[in-house]
Amino acid sequence: MQKYSVFNLIKNALKGHKDWEVAWKDPTPKAEYDVIIIGGGGHGLATAYYLAKEHNITNVAIVEKGWIGGGNVGRNTTIVRSNYMHDENGLFSEFGMDLWRNMSQELNFNVMFSPRGIINLAHSDAQMNAFSRRGNSMRLNGIDAVLLGREEVRTLIPMADFSENVRFPIFGGLMQPSAGTARHDGVAWGYARQADSMGVDIIQHCEVTGFDVDNGKIKGIQTSKGNIKAKKIGLCVAGSTNILAEMLNMKLPVETHLLQACVSEPIKPILDHVVTFGAGHFYVSQSDKGEMVMGGDLDGYNSYAQRGNLPTLQHVLTEGIAMLPFLSKLKMLRTWGGIMDMSMDGSPIIDKTHIEGLYLNCGWCYGGFKATPASGWTFAHTIAQDKPHELNAGYSLNRFSTGHLLDEKGLGTKTWIS
Amino acid sequence: MLYIKCPYCGMRSQNEFAYGGDATVKRPELNKEVSDKEWDTFVYLRKSPRGKHLELWHHVSGCRQWFKAQRDTVTHEIFKTAEIKEDI
Repeated sequence: MQKYSVFNLIKNALKGHKDWEVAWKDPTPKAEYDVIIIGGGGHGLATAYYLAKEHNITNVAIVEKGWIGGGNVGRNTTIVRSNYMHDENGLFSEFGMDLWRNMSQELNFNVMFSPRGIINLAHSDAQMNAFSRRGNSMRLNGIDAVLLGREEVRTLIPMADFSENVRFPIFGGLMQPSAGTARHDGVAWGYARQADSMGVDIIQHCEVTGFDVDNGKIKGIQTSKGNIKAKKIGLCVAGSTNILAEMLNMKLPVETHLLQACVSEPIKPILDHVVTFGAGHFYVSQSDKGEMVMGGDLDGYNSYAQRGNLPTLQHVLTEGIAMLPFLSKLKMLRTWGGIMDMSMDGSPIIDKTHIEGLYLNCGWCYGGFKATPASGWTFAHTIAQDKPHELNAGYSLNRFSTGHLLDEKGLGTKTWIS
Repeated sequence: MLYIKCPYCGMRSQNEFAYGGDATVKRPELNKEVSDKEWDTFVYLRKSPRGKHLELWHHVSGCRQWFKAQRDTVTHEIFKTAEIKEDI
């Protein structure tokens, strides 16, 4: 594989950029693989990369219905964080933070990880108490957390609405200084390039149409490019999980919902952190291009549409303007939607299934992007060793029937209510 | 913007309604022994189909009645709405 470096850049610039190798190939599927990963998003690509790197399993195919980076990995708001209260979520995400910090070096691809800090604003004494508890839990798990008072928040986000007579005054906030953002499609491309160089076949525009299961054991898949045999198969398809589950006669504790995001026109640097509104559901950061990147609530009904409706966007941006009034002056540049695999307790599932050789990775709700490296790493381990790693042991499929829920937000089973 | 036809009030904007989820889910019968598996299926497991979906809506900022709707989860087209007791 050609190394990306400043010397290579200069060398190729002098030759008119004609000699760059393709970043990944476009192979035709082989008849059989050791492992097939369905879904060429961030999680699928990361899984294939760690299967090759950590477990020396390189006879692997990634089967993707669309194209690399066209799904949720290219549709999220790029936030990377580990500010969770529950041990399972905190330890898993913090393991991921270590992978994020080294990702650009490891993948030889600049993913522009920018640990600018995330601030969750609090708007009542009760919320400050809850944040103080969450911050303490985070610190017990080795995650950095700082409780900020109103004046400390004012120093960091002076343009927020600090007037006295607002409906949701800012009482303070909880900050994770090591959280931040990363260039989302760079993550997909970086993993894809490395996985490809280690022998993984990335098969794009190949839709799975069925599964071959014999005697409770997975044998292969049927696709739009023919049948492919495999010893092990991992599902990594986020919002499309239920479609594949139906082919397998499985019902899962997951519903597919629509989440929108939007960016404003680019402006000069004004917001240094990722900031969330605590009295509703709104988050914002400023991209390197200067756009304000914003998101919030689900549209609120089951959907596979990948495009949203205006009432939800209006609701979300109303919250944004309540927090940062200057947003009302900005023009909107783009809005888009992605489909979320909303699990019934808000936490993901990385586990084996009742079918031998079939592994499941889904239920990421709003938080799939930041989990990309840790999800890939633990899913690769689960597939290679045929058992979950201790980091994803809590993300079991049967926790719903046994009652061991990971209800980080305590929202219950109405996944569309946030 | 969705326009939803409340069976009681007629065509109204989406803003007046709250979503109530999959209408095909059946609660286990009252006063009967219910296994853990039945509870699990009722509380957590959903089909979440791509295409036609039978679901509950609540006209919360209107007549406050619950009703059923059959809607496409890809195009968002609403084919039919009906009172709870009716079949779609």
